[in-house]
Amino acid sequence: MSFPVMPTSSRTDGHPAPAAVSAAGLRKSYGDKTVLDGIDLRIPAGSVFALLGPNGAGKTTTVQILSTLIAADGGQAQVAGHDVATSPEGVRAAIGVTGQFSAVDGLITGEENMLLMADLHHLSRSEGRRTATELLERFDLSEVAKKPASTYSGGMKRRLDIAMTLVGDPRIIFLDEPTTGLDPRSRHTMWQIIRELVSDGVTVFLTTQYLEEADQLADRIAVLDDGRIAAEGTAEELKRLIPGGHVRLRFADPAAYRSAALALRGVSRDDKALALQIPSDGTQRELRSLLDRLDSAGIEADELTVHTPDLDDVFFALTGSTDQPEEAVR
Amino acid sequence: MSSLSLAVRDSSTMLRRNLLHARRYPSLTLNLLLTPIVLLLLFVYIFGDVMSAGMGGGGADRSEYIAYVVPGILMMTIGGAVVGTAVSVSNDMTEGIIARFRTMAIHRGSVLIGHVVGSVLQSVAGVVLVGAVAVAIGFRSTGATALEWLAAFGLMALVALALTWIAVGMGLVSPNAEAAGNNAMPLIVLPLISSAFVPVDAMPGWFQPIAEYQPFTPAIETLRGLLLGSEIGNNGWLAVAWCLALTALGYFWSKTVFDRDPK
Repeated sequence: MSFPVMPTSSRTDGHPAPAAVSAAGLRKSYGDKTVLDGIDLRIPAGSVFALLGPNGAGKTTTVQILSTLIAADGGQAQVAGHDVATSPEGVRAAIGVTGQFSAVDGLITGEENMLLMADLHHLSRSEGRRTATELLERFDLSEVAKKPASTYSGGMKRRLDIAMTLVGDPRIIFLDEPTTGLDPRSRHTMWQIIRELVSDGVTVFLTTQYLEEADQLADRIAVLDDGRIAAEGTAEELKRLIPGGHVRLRFADPAAYRSAALALRGVSRDDKALALQIPSDGTQRELRSLLDRLDSAGIEADELTVHTPDLDDVFFALTGSTDQPEEAVR
Repeated sequence: MSSLSLAVRDSSTMLRRNLLHARRYPSLTLNLLLTPIVLLLLFVYIFGDVMSAGMGGGGADRSEYIAYVVPGILMMTIGGAVVGTAVSVSNDMTEGIIARFRTMAIHRGSVLIGHVVGSVLQSVAGVVLVGAVAVAIGFRSTGATALEWLAAFGLMALVALALTWIAVGMGLVSPNAEAAGNNAMPLIVLPLISSAFVPVDAMPGWFQPIAEYQPFTPAIETLRGLLLGSEIGNNGWLAVAWCLALTALGYFWSKTVFDRDPK
């Protein structure tokens, strides 16, 4: 997989990149229910950060606090150098937000929505028209620009939503589940849009419940579970956290399976499937030494598969989901 | 940009948005105008003879009752129009775009101010429309000067402002448009139990305080005085006091609710 690893934690001069978003000990609860239980974040300017988590983990609440929509109960956060609690206007001037639910005015046309944003950003009439036309063009909405936004498809509404967010050139963009509910084609279009934003130097904070999306887009990923950050790092770092890689040997003959299980120590058994799992990072050297061991023990499996860890393993291991089969190697 | 010019600029942007909504979807506004027009025609042409007979000791004719009922109908037009405001504010709050406005560096109150100014303009337009119907069926002012006409319009705009802020508060606390419509119903019912259709003296004694001590009666009596030359008395400053109090109440109520964190 081609995964652009960007230098996010340090630059060549040894100084850390300035943080576009940082948070320490963010807490929020609604009544008895604790939604965020101490969140720490640091997102370098110009990078893509993904907050990954299941439904109800607190992703939207995090975005709402960082975008000044709601106040945190505790902790503090800075966005674009402004404190969200004491200087919300400074934060608002620097950010663009696309929430989980469509934030377009359905009663007016796509073009009118864009001009409304231009007016609220205090662009001049001609500048507003130019920006609106450019963005509608860029997001492939020119043909429907004169139609009421309520008649748009889900993908079109999302694109209009993001186009509206981009009026006024925000330097930090929050995207709350930008592809939830989109068909595969619209999702790929949205990914392309996000990649283009990054190439313009914008900092993107996105939330998603799709591991593939985080893996595809983000420089750094934080796994949010039940109001806490369960792990944080690059996709590669997260994958290393969970030694989910293994070689699986499957046998047709129960007797061969039993003798192999006896001969190999430190393996986990799956008696029903007549399969053994041997921890392995999947490198050629480890595979060769494993094959040597099998040969010298006289074991001949009917099937050998190499399983490398992916973000799914990380996700299920960290979020303690119960719908995944018991992982052999922990 | 200074905070005042920011407020004016953003509020006028929001006003344009509201007027655009009203122009694209006029059915709600027009439906609400229908009620006072139907009531006007009903009371003048169906009940008119009985109403006139009951008023002037048997001698009054229909044109006298038209003159009596029109100021009440005009106030009722405002009450009806602001029900539409409660509904559209409630509708608006369920839209995701309000969350977007809240995360933008714009004047925070501009969303509500846009609604209020738009609603007052629509109310006044409604009053002019219903007033035209009244004139068409024979309503004439009796010797009102230009200044009195101006004061009459000022009074109606002030009533519209007061009722609009109350309606905005109702719209903000209502979970959906239907609830907002129901919550704002008193604004249509109150004129019915005011001096709009019959003089307060003609009502049962126990009911007279209810009709007397509510905002519509002094406002309607003042409007009658301005257009028809009847006695205004205390009603003038009572009407203005009611309007200012309701405006302040509605404003602070709406502002408090709007400034709360959205759910």
